Amino acid sequence: MTAAEPSDAVAATPPAPLGRAQGTMRVKRGLAEMLKRGVIMDVVTAEHARIAEDAGAVAVMALERVPADIRRDGGVARMSPPEMIESIVEAVTIPVMAKARIGHFAEAQVLEALGVDYIDESEVLTPADEAHHIDKWQFTVPFVCGATNLGEALRRISEGAAMIRSKGEAGTGNIVEAVRHLRSITGDIRRITVADSAELYDWAKRLQAPVALVREIAEGGRLPVPMFCAGGVATPADAALVMQLGAEAVFVGSGIFKSDDPATRAKAVVEATTNFDDPAILLKVSRGLGEAMPGLELENLETRLAERGW
Amino acid sequence: MKVGVLALQGAAELHLAALRSIGVAAAAVRRPDELADVDRLILPGGESTTISMMLDANGLTGPLAERLAGGMSTLGTCAGLLLLAAEVSDGRDDQHCFGALDISARRNAYGSQTESFEADLPIAPLGPSPMTAVFIRSPIVERVGPGVEVLAHLDGHPVLCRQGRVWGCTFHPELSGDLRLHRLFCEETA
Repeated sequence: MTAAEPSDAVAATPPAPLGRAQGTMRVKRGLAEMLKRGVIMDVVTAEHARIAEDAGAVAVMALERVPADIRRDGGVARMSPPEMIESIVEAVTIPVMAKARIGHFAEAQVLEALGVDYIDESEVLTPADEAHHIDKWQFTVPFVCGATNLGEALRRISEGAAMIRSKGEAGTGNIVEAVRHLRSITGDIRRITVADSAELYDWAKRLQAPVALVREIAEGGRLPVPMFCAGGVATPADAALVMQLGAEAVFVGSGIFKSDDPATRAKAVVEATTNFDDPAILLKVSRGLGEAMPGLELENLETRLAERGW
Repeated sequence: MKVGVLALQGAAELHLAALRSIGVAAAAVRRPDELADVDRLILPGGESTTISMMLDANGLTGPLAERLAGGMSTLGTCAGLLLLAAEVSDGRDDQHCFGALDISARRNAYGSQTESFEADLPIAPLGPSPMTAVFIRSPIVERVGPGVEVLAHLDGHPVLCRQGRVWGCTFHPELSGDLRLHRLFCEETA
């Protein structure tokens, strides 16, 4: 592991031989930049992973059960076994991500040693720590974290997350929560860009986030790291909706492999994400997909995954 | 002069921003009519397999091959270099390589993301101060043809090369905020 400090990640990284550094924030965010306008698909087998790559996925998320099944089965959901993740790494040429429980830095250490390309510190798994997220600055591998609002996003970034995704409500096939989270984050960003310098301290207080990050938003008009969407994407139009709302790429969990025709739907979601602002193409790729995954009304859920994380 | 950035998937926005900040007219390219409207092109980083499939989906494969064959000034970075290469190993059998740059490249040759890095890279045509070159799951160029000029090396491998109007680099100039390579590409081929 290479330590990098929150204050100035690039300069603070210990000098490596030949003026080289691994695991800097620039290198971590760099991979997120490369995934933009792409689709990251949840896969549970090597065969799923190949279907995802064949359809044009930019990365796969290797996990034991998709969120819809985790929700159905109940119990404690943990990091997937290394053999399972390795079988997926072997099966594809694109980046492979894997999930660690919130706060479970030892699971993250295992995933880093295994050589995954990104770790998702995910509310879909059962949290391991009720107060602390992983100190992500301690790792060379980059992290993505979920957020329901801007304050949560900035706290994760201050802990070293190199990518933020909406939480949505995973495993429901219902996009309403992801839309709420994206609108909350982008709405507050817009309001901060018109705040005066004194108001930024109040924003930091209300968001429970470092004022330096609030200032960065005031100046840049965007999150300091890429913002992707996750949670409830089931159709090409869902992907187009969240991209038009400001997401820069899309995670699809249960939506592909819980549908009638995963290969066709996967390709359609990829094309819809690339061409999210072209209704003629969206119409074309929305045809002939068969049944989408069954959706769930949020009022009927026993467990709200999005409420996990602090 | 208008520079297009292929924007099907990947780091297109950062290239567009870099071009605009050096005062060059820049436009995203996702459709054949948008390709026809630009004078030169940047092929950005991203996933080369995805970009290749989206070239087919959006009807750009044929038009791009024609423009490259017609001698359009082009810069490919990372995945973009793979699209320009004559030969790609460790990729998918069905991914396009247009052969505009007579090189052979190995995809994702450094290993997983934990092996990605940034390095101070001397690039002679950019002047004495090195460029911070960011390598993200980068390819390695394993062979360069006789007509290819190598402008920078790292560990004995070419990391920036050109063949006439076609340039390729295995790193990401758009991630460092250093605009010198974009400027050189726009000036040299004018």
